[in-house]
Amino acid sequence: MLTIKNLHAELEEEGKKILKGVDLVLEPGKVHAIMGPNGSGKSTLSYILAGREGYEVTEGSAELAGADLLDMEPEERAAAGLFLAFQYPVEIPGVGNMTFLRTAVNAQRKSRGEEELSAGDFLKEVRAKAKTLKIDADMLKRPVNVGFSGGEKKRNEILQMAMLEPKMCILDETDSGLDVDAMKLVSEGVNALRDGKRSFLVITHYQRLLDHIKPDVVHIMADGRIIKTGGPELALEVEHNGYADILAEEGI
Amino acid sequence: MGRAETLKALRADAAAARLAGLSLPQGAAWANAARQGALALVGAMGLPTKRDEYWKYTDPATLTAGEAPQAALFTPDERPVFDGVDRLRIVFVDGVFDPEMSDDMTGENLEIERLSTAMAKDIHWAKDLYGRLETEGHDPVERPLAALNSAFATDGVVIRATGKVRRPVNVSYLHRAMHSDAILHHVIRVEKGADLTFLENGPAAARLSKVMEVDVADGGAFHHVRTQGRDHERRAVTGSYARLGEGSTYKSFTLTVNGRLTRNETIIHLTGDEAVAHVAGACVGDGKDFHHDDTVFITHDAVACESRQVFKKVLRNGATGVFQGKILVKPGAQKTDGYQISQSLLLDDDSQFLAKPELEIYADDVACSHGSTSGAIDDTALFYLRSRGLPEKQATDLLTLAFLAEALAEIEDERLVDDLRGRLESWLKRHR
Repeated sequence: MLTIKNLHAELEEEGKKILKGVDLVLEPGKVHAIMGPNGSGKSTLSYILAGREGYEVTEGSAELAGADLLDMEPEERAAAGLFLAFQYPVEIPGVGNMTFLRTAVNAQRKSRGEEELSAGDFLKEVRAKAKTLKIDADMLKRPVNVGFSGGEKKRNEILQMAMLEPKMCILDETDSGLDVDAMKLVSEGVNALRDGKRSFLVITHYQRLLDHIKPDVVHIMADGRIIKTGGPELALEVEHNGYADILAEEGI
Repeated sequence: MGRAETLKALRADAAAARLAGLSLPQGAAWANAARQGALALVGAMGLPTKRDEYWKYTDPATLTAGEAPQAALFTPDERPVFDGVDRLRIVFVDGVFDPEMSDDMTGENLEIERLSTAMAKDIHWAKDLYGRLETEGHDPVERPLAALNSAFATDGVVIRATGKVRRPVNVSYLHRAMHSDAILHHVIRVEKGADLTFLENGPAAARLSKVMEVDVADGGAFHHVRTQGRDHERRAVTGSYARLGEGSTYKSFTLTVNGRLTRNETIIHLTGDEAVAHVAGACVGDGKDFHHDDTVFITHDAVACESRQVFKKVLRNGATGVFQGKILVKPGAQKTDGYQISQSLLLDDDSQFLAKPELEIYADDVACSHGSTSGAIDDTALFYLRSRGLPEKQATDLLTLAFLAEALAEIEDERLVDDLRGRLESWLKRHR
């Protein structure tokens, strides 16, 4: 589904190197987790995959189901099936949440040459999906993320994911700022989307989230590279011993 | 000559040029006296030049020129604004009343007639208002273009609301001649506890001078929504002068798209306790030929009044926006609640927004706040929308409409809000 080869990238303005050769292959239906200390480049990787401006890819490639991601505009990547759940979902005053969702769903359908969802069908679907995430009618009416609590913002990200039905979901520290109950709710939302075909890349600092969203593969990222890959036990090891041993092993 | 004498000479020259082709219209004795008084004021003040402090950001030369510069006619492809509203419609073509296109001027709780009719009557209530509110509005800033209007206006409407007026009064201004030069003057009196909605739309003429004097008695309410047409080359200077009695309300919103030069002045005098004045505007302009100026002066002269100014401008391709807004709190106007925000969204580096927000406060128990910003589209928000699949242009439009939303929200009628938002959306699509 997602194939990243030797990806190098730097900050456009400062020329600071952030990614120094990331390799990763994520098969359809699988859940991979990326863990790593602060500043290792995890969030940057997610932004570069989603197409945020301000970074320059100097080497390497990233493909989504065979298509060159780096050659596409952010909206084309979305239409191709990529979704990034933001660590800090953006507040957009003046744009109603429901309007935003419907505009996004229909923009993607349009770009794929599909028919737009009718108002009635959309409403039915969004209400059903919102209900399982405990998002009430008021939250749907309010401006996007404005005045939402941390938990509400993350639930709103998952609702967008559920409505947009992407092939490849990247979750950037979706657990940050969540209490135990909210984490459970968000995880259930994510798990409900696991259908054997859809792939997930879960970026997190903590093993905790991985108790709820069970990964097939765990990567440790440090200094702009993936330095170690293993099974779920690798996350437990990090939880108990921290990153020091692994970093030392790799000479970082 | 010193600076002051030079300015005085320039103003006198400007007045002489403008007055050359004009002669005072004749009417009833009171009307003639009002017009002569206004003309005397123009003679004493002269007409503004760009050297005037108050016209620093907007060059009035084309407004004071003897001849109106021509303006190409424009045929809109949209349904006329307010078409869906059950209203009493009055039509002016190039500044002249058109009886054929206008509705019968009667309505419940409503007295309405042409200005020329009212000014020919020896006894008329408008006598106490015509040119009066306008003249009072010259303190402390002279407004000679408004006095010029009072001296020479022959057409307009005179409206008295004596109770709740169910159907809004809609004045439509059509522009049919390339060189038309219109002077319109409305006098509106909202009696105690009465309620009137006044809608205006259209470009009016190649050049429009319009004054509206509104007297809202105790407990009265005046609602005003205006759109200024889509003509690209028209010019307009408008002045709304209002006096608010105790517990009365004045709420006004203006939408401006296109137009070469627009100067909308609003001068409100809160004279009765607990009066409320809200003035708002949204404008979108594209190109170096677009210049839009909102000049607002609100005087708090009573206790516990509330005033609110909300102005938003979207500017691109070298367009210019101006905001001069003042809240003056007089001694004794305690418990004043004053709010003022003026913001511009600059869609490129060539456009400019010039703002002069002012507070002048002579009472000690007041809450006044003001803010003025200008900025570009928020990159983070744009990326967020694009990452959800919205193409860049669509995302930019959505954020632009969101920026204007706060000003549109000042309109109470939600159907009108939706209608105007739709028009703005179409405008943005055309100007991508």
